[in-house]
Amino acid sequence: MSVAAVNSKAVDIPARVNPTSVAMAVFAALALLAFATGDSVIPAWMRELPRSWQLGLDSGISSLMKWLVEQANFGLFTFKEMTRAIAAVLNVPLEVATAFLSRGLQEGRGSAAVQLAPPLPWVAVVGIVAALGYRFGGPRLALVAGGCFLYLAVFGQWASAMTTLSSIVVAAPIGIAAGLVCGVAGYRMPLFRRIMTPVLDLMQTVPTFAYLIPILFLFGFGPVAAMIATIIYAAPPMVRVTMAALSAVPREIVEYGTMAGTTPRQMILNVMLPAARPQLLVGVNQVIMLSLNMVIIASMIGAGGLGFDVLTSLRRLDIGRGLEAGVAIVVLAVALDRLSQAYAEGARRREAQGDGRTFLLALAAFVAVTYFVGLFLPFVATYPEAFTLSTAPWWSEAVRWITVNFFDFFDAIKTFLLLNLLLPVKRFMLAQPWPLVVAALAFVGWRLGGVRLAALVAGLALFIVLNGLWEFSMVSVYLCAIGVLFAAMIGIAVGIYAGLNPRAWRIVEPVIDTLQTLPSFVYLIPAVMLFKVGDFTAILAITLYALAPAVRFSAHGIQQVPEMLVEAGTSMGCTRRQILQRIQLPVALPTILLGVNQTVMLALSMLVITALVGTRDLGQQVYIALTKADTGKGLVAGLCVAAIAIIADRLIQAAANRLAAQRSGASHAA
Amino acid sequence: MVQLPVKATLAALALAFVVPPPALAEDSKDPIKLTLHDWTGQLVSAHIMGEVLKKAGLNIEYVQADYLAQFAGLKTGDVHVAMEIWATTGKEALDEATATKQVENLGETGMLAIEEWWFPEYMKEQCPGLPDWKALKGCAEKFSVPETAPKGRYLGGPVTWGGFDEERVAALDLPFEVVHAGTDAALFAELESAYQRKAPIVLWIYAPHWAPIKYKGEWVAFPPYEPACYTDPAWGINKEKTHDCGKPRGPIWKVAWSGVKDKWPTAYTAIKGFNITNEEMGKLVGAVDLDGKKLEDVVDGWMKENEGRWKKWIGG
Repeated sequence: MSVAAVNSKAVDIPARVNPTSVAMAVFAALALLAFATGDSVIPAWMRELPRSWQLGLDSGISSLMKWLVEQANFGLFTFKEMTRAIAAVLNVPLEVATAFLSRGLQEGRGSAAVQLAPPLPWVAVVGIVAALGYRFGGPRLALVAGGCFLYLAVFGQWASAMTTLSSIVVAAPIGIAAGLVCGVAGYRMPLFRRIMTPVLDLMQTVPTFAYLIPILFLFGFGPVAAMIATIIYAAPPMVRVTMAALSAVPREIVEYGTMAGTTPRQMILNVMLPAARPQLLVGVNQVIMLSLNMVIIASMIGAGGLGFDVLTSLRRLDIGRGLEAGVAIVVLAVALDRLSQAYAEGARRREAQGDGRTFLLALAAFVAVTYFVGLFLPFVATYPEAFTLSTAPWWSEAVRWITVNFFDFFDAIKTFLLLNLLLPVKRFMLAQPWPLVVAALAFVGWRLGGVRLAALVAGLALFIVLNGLWEFSMVSVYLCAIGVLFAAMIGIAVGIYAGLNPRAWRIVEPVIDTLQTLPSFVYLIPAVMLFKVGDFTAILAITLYALAPAVRFSAHGIQQVPEMLVEAGTSMGCTRRQILQRIQLPVALPTILLGVNQTVMLALSMLVITALVGTRDLGQQVYIALTKADTGKGLVAGLCVAAIAIIADRLIQAAANRLAAQRSGASHAA
Repeated sequence: MVQLPVKATLAALALAFVVPPPALAEDSKDPIKLTLHDWTGQLVSAHIMGEVLKKAGLNIEYVQADYLAQFAGLKTGDVHVAMEIWATTGKEALDEATATKQVENLGETGMLAIEEWWFPEYMKEQCPGLPDWKALKGCAEKFSVPETAPKGRYLGGPVTWGGFDEERVAALDLPFEVVHAGTDAALFAELESAYQRKAPIVLWIYAPHWAPIKYKGEWVAFPPYEPACYTDPAWGINKEKTHDCGKPRGPIWKVAWSGVKDKWPTAYTAIKGFNITNEEMGKLVGAVDLDGKKLEDVVDGWMKENEGRWKKWIGG
């Protein structure tokens, strides 16, 4: 049934009770009843399927994995030999990058290796970055990017940062290239696109921990495996962006290409991709940022670098050092982000700035000179240790001071929220029998998007049930729901304020950038000191991490409201409050909803991290599976996280579409 | 492939120049990969072993790896040596790995893993009778928080560590609830915070570790562990339930890929010979974590003081 039809019916006959509301009320009443009656009435199989009814998918996946690693054979070579060969190929660019940035050119391996040539001196790297900044965005960007890298040197993070950087400079281009190829294929072949879309959903929602073990088995232990995990996690946005950008290329351009007699290949390479370049660069930017998000997890399987520093510092409770290493990741992200954005925006200006070749020659000369000088003057090659700064003791002291002086205050807030919000919600969620939840989801899906959506969400929910992970899933939903609630409340308010007020936006933007790139482990441990191990700390971490998209999308939504509408409101004598309530908010609502959607996704992706502070949810299941090297169990729990994510995503998107349709319907009527 | 701080790499390189490795025909020239984990004690053991192997003229490489995820690498021979596998936390994974014959247990390190309920010294005033476990029965409320009230809160290790604390609480009829920390970083963060505020806490601590050196406190004295306690309900105070005793103490093992024996025979015997005590390790860890000394310097110091010992490991 079309949305407009439902809407007009409701408008026409206001006296009649809306059947949807009745159904929702029935579901709510049943849910409350389940909450009130407790264990005595609801049969046990409605809480968790008995073991004999479950699918047993986990052991199936585990044995498939065993077969792949130990037996699978293509005749000439085994499956494992193939994956190892891929790893060896990927290792080549990584070796080159580490040689340049962190280790120098070496003969031999291990401790017996002899360094033939040192890596690039720090002065040269800072210089290159600043020069690129100048070229892409002028003196300001040169200062920002150069300053970021200078920070790394001055705060003693250089060696680790260069290790991390060398894996990023390899992983990101590979991710971008793979994403581009898949995106083009998806654009050209609708069938491929249809297969690709759910795969992308899974790549983005299955927690990385869930597929870490199979990657280790297939690709070996070390930086290459870490790089592959990074690419899996970071490439999907590039695929999506490529498909969207190619579809959005103006028809005139395509027609012009056709008239010029291009082959399909020329059409893509020479006409469409250049035309889609601005959007494609957004994807590039996303890949870089997501790659940096993976730094901590990558360090757990041998990538080393800044992520390893964060982990070791926090294990010794050296919060200051952990924070400095964490900030180094943020700084690296900011520098790469601003450079890639400036590159995206300033393509034309650059041409005006003169000859590219002169620039490159000058840069090469600079690098060569510093490199040569560095061979004789050690302080040019490596930043002298005596001049490094550290604010670590100060931070550790600050955290100590806060815990000693404010613990009782924070504890009171925590206790209040726990007793009045968290625990009741948790009990409510755990009391729900799965048939009721599946039915309610199917109904909501049907009302919002029709039969297909209903079948999808009910099917995904049943997948969780059939794998016997219902209770863990409900705890996950409870943690994320409250985290999203807080994040949305705070984030939308801040976002709207920042959207109305450009000066506030300039302060808010770096803050949310930091929240998104600072490894959550860095603030998780101080949070434990203040709030102890438990659900509250987990929810706090989820809220902080998931805040960013709520703020960003709300601000964008408000900023994008056409000036005309606001002026019309003003001329009609609306107060500022009325303009916000009647004009800006309703127009921005679909964008804000998209922000909420992203918030949900990020909240779910934090589940595995919150397992590190002791929650009993799907994240914990994934983590246990990781520590026991149980491929099947980890993947199944990961797929359940993905199922929840996809359910939430599809329902929210359907709601947003419906809202947009209603509004355009209303404006047509007016 | 290794990500060492540049300085350490340079030091290693300098060493390689200064001390030309004595030629050993039977050992492979490929680097032996030793895993590094995220706690200082293990970094010390691995670096001591690494330095000793270097002195024997072997080529080594340090690889950062997760404690349990590394077994995937040990089985396939991607990494070769893990210096600390604790009987208390890694036994399951180790047994599974050795059963495949791809991984070999090279014996005890000489260190003994202790894991037990632990409380800071100031709790003795608030709960007289400690460290005897029976005292906990009387003052559970001192340890309680809103989520567990009126029961006390005991902060256990991550679920993956096992430990049977729920069973222990039930068997000894302790009015406590077990709350699991997700990681040991979280565990010690809570201890640090409680210790700073002199707040009540009883939690899972293990040794060798810097925590029992840094904070004053004691292990709770449960009835000592015997294997029968975990299997035979009739054993001990509670005649109907098992686990009415403390936790077992267990060795810390050295573990290697089974190919090490043939590929680097010198290393194989050297790793087997490696031996260090809890006290020694405690001091080394304290020097790094509490006094803020550099890991390399601390390891160098140990190497100088114990030359006679490690030379025996490499048959010199």
